[in-house]
Amino acid sequence: MIFYGTALLAGCLFVGMVLGQWIGHVAGIESDIGGVGLAMLLLIGATTWLARRGWWSPATGAGVQYWGDIYIPIVVAMAATQNVRGALSGGVLAVVAGVGGVVLCTGLVAALIRSASRRGGTTATMPGDAS
Amino acid sequence: MNAAIGTVVEKYALVFAFALVGVAMLVSYRASRRLTGGRLHGSAIAIFLGLVAAVVVGHLTGGKKGVADLPLLAGVGVMGGAMFRDFAIVATAYGVKLEDLKAGGLYGALSLALGLLVAFAAGAAAAWAFGYRDPVILTTIGAGAATYIVGPVTGAALGAPSEIVALSIAAGLVKAILVMIATPIVAKPIGLDNPRAAMIFGGVMGTNSGVIGGLAATDPKLVPYGAMTATFYTGLGCLLGPSVVFFVIRMLVGTNG
Repeated sequence: MIFYGTALLAGCLFVGMVLGQWIGHVAGIESDIGGVGLAMLLLIGATTWLARRGWWSPATGAGVQYWGDIYIPIVVAMAATQNVRGALSGGVLAVVAGVGGVVLCTGLVAALIRSASRRGGTTATMPGDAS
Repeated sequence: MNAAIGTVVEKYALVFAFALVGVAMLVSYRASRRLTGGRLHGSAIAIFLGLVAAVVVGHLTGGKKGVADLPLLAGVGVMGGAMFRDFAIVATAYGVKLEDLKAGGLYGALSLALGLLVAFAAGAAAAWAFGYRDPVILTTIGAGAATYIVGPVTGAALGAPSEIVALSIAAGLVKAILVMIATPIVAKPIGLDNPRAAMIFGGVMGTNSGVIGGLAATDPKLVPYGAMTATFYTGLGCLLGPSVVFFVIRMLVGTNG
């Protein structure tokens, strides 16, 4: 049944968020740490496990796939509900701090990507070999 | 008739949002093909249109939720809110290759640490350049340059004045929006075209909405990898901001405020 996939996705997100919130709480902050990332790992793990036992059908997969496919419209809705006016009216310091951070971080991304492709070029072309 | 439309739109806000965003997607993807020959991705145009709509409505209403401040468009707020966003983003992990994640894992962790460090430093340096010397203020603005959630959380923990907290949120918003717009433009020159690069990108940039929006506009296949590392960024930033980063900044500038 297609809805099993959606329900599994919901369960993974729920458990992941609870774990992330709990990790944040243990660390003494009021924010979650890695909830979405943990939920993603749970989903990958759960679907792999179910598929291996033969308990995963294409229909069930469609119940997950649909939500993954509509994230772009959801991101568009997210963009349309950002406080863009607040960002633009936050003053010069806010703009300098934000832009400066992005420029420096872009340089850092470029450097890390270059270093990663130079060092790990072989693992990238040999999936399954990385540890 | 008008009253009838209004009633239905408000009652079925989310359904109306689905239809409305669908039209926006159609217009954007057509514009992408017809006007730019597919060079500028349709999703990039759609995200940009969304941001423009948010500015326009923000000016009209004076609110903070973009188009969702209009009662008729409240459903867009639900659709673009954290619940649906996280649900859809986790779903993108379906089909992700575990080997790709493992191959990028180490660099993902490294990029998280370095990315946070650089963001804090950039924000604090900007605040310093604007004449601030109080370590609480420097740390709070630095936290804002990480994400617009790290900013207020750090500011609240350190007891920063509310106008500084507002500044840090604005800095984080500038970052998120800039990352959404600039990512498709810089992707090629910096080599952002494979899962490991996306994990590095997500870890360094960290701003969830910026990373997801930016990667969506670049190459949808990269989204889950960037989202995976970015999801740890805000939490780590909230953890390090009021503690390690604050101590380091206080050590560097002294306690004069």
